[in-house]
Amino acid sequence: MHFFEELEIGQRREAGSFTFTAENIKKFAAQFDPQRFHLDEEEGRKSLFGGLAASGWHVGSVCMKLMVADGQRRIREAMARGEKVAVWGPSPGFRELRWIRPVLAGDTVSFSSVIETKRLSDSRPGWGILQARNTGTNQRGEQVYSVLATAFVPRRDAG
Amino acid sequence: MTTLTFEDFKPGHFGTFGPRRVTREEILAFAAEFDPQPMHLDEAAASQSMLNGLSGSGWHLCSLMMRMLCDGFIGRTASLGSPGVNDLRWLAPLRPDDELTLDVEIAEARVSKSRPETGIVTFRNVARNAAGQALCEMVSPIIVRRRDAGAA
Repeated sequence: MHFFEELEIGQRREAGSFTFTAENIKKFAAQFDPQRFHLDEEEGRKSLFGGLAASGWHVGSVCMKLMVADGQRRIREAMARGEKVAVWGPSPGFRELRWIRPVLAGDTVSFSSVIETKRLSDSRPGWGILQARNTGTNQRGEQVYSVLATAFVPRRDAG
Repeated sequence: MTTLTFEDFKPGHFGTFGPRRVTREEILAFAAEFDPQPMHLDEAAASQSMLNGLSGSGWHLCSLMMRMLCDGFIGRTASLGSPGVNDLRWLAPLRPDDELTLDVEIAEARVSKSRPETGIVTFRNVARNAAGQALCEMVSPIIVRRRDAGAA
C-alpha cells in the first residue's frame, strides 16, 4: 500500500467485484439484520426493494472485504519488489454513507475508491488522515453504494 | 405484538438495548470473512497496532448494532429500510468478551415529502462496553410507515 506522501487527490483504485447470492444475503441477514425483506424472496418482492435485498451492512462489509484484499495484494507486490511496505491504520469513521439502490440476489457489484482529501494528523505524529469516496456499481452500471471513508495512513519517514 | 409505526417515534431518548456479549471467536470469524487486517486477526500484530490489542472490525460492530436494533425494536417496526448513515464514528476498539449495550435516541422524526404514507425517523445510536465507554456512534435515518397509511 502507498504511504501518505504518495497519495494524490483524485487517485482511483478498483477493488474488484462480488456477486450477492440468495444464499450469502440470507446468511448475513440471519446473523446481523433479520428483517423480512433480507431473509425471504416473497417478502423482498413485496417490499420497496422489489426483491430479496442484501442488508446495507452486508454491502458495506463486502466493500471493506474487497478494499482489504486489494490492499493486501498491493502489499505482497511491494514486498516482492523489495520495497518498504505501508500498513494502513484503523479508521475513525465515515460520513455520507448512501444505500442508493437495493442490491438484489444475483447482482454483481464492483467497488472502487477515489481519494478526496488528505491531511496530517494533529494528534498522531507519523500518521496522515485520508478521506476517500468508496462506491459500488452494479452490473447495469447503476451506482448502488457510496461512502466517504476515513483512514489513518502512515507517513513514509515515520520509521 | 403491536407493530410500531411512525407515530411511536418521538424525539428524545427511545431506549437502551442489550447486553450482547461478543466472543473472540465471533470477532475472528467476521474479520476472516470481511476485514482480514492483522489488527483484527492476530494477537501479536494487534498489540503493535494503533489499537493496542486484538479488536473487532468496525463493520462487525456496525453489524452487531444493527442486530441489536432489530432485536430491540426494528423487528416489530413497520420499517421500510434505511437510505444510509449520515455520520459514523468508531471511538474505541471492540474487544473480545465486551458486553455491548446500545443507547438509542431519536434526533428527528418527520413525514416524508416524497412518500407521505411514510415518515423518516433519524436515530442517534451509541454502542457502549460494560464500562460505559462509547465504542461507536452513528446517526442514521430509517423509513417507517405511518399508522393511518393502511397496509401496503
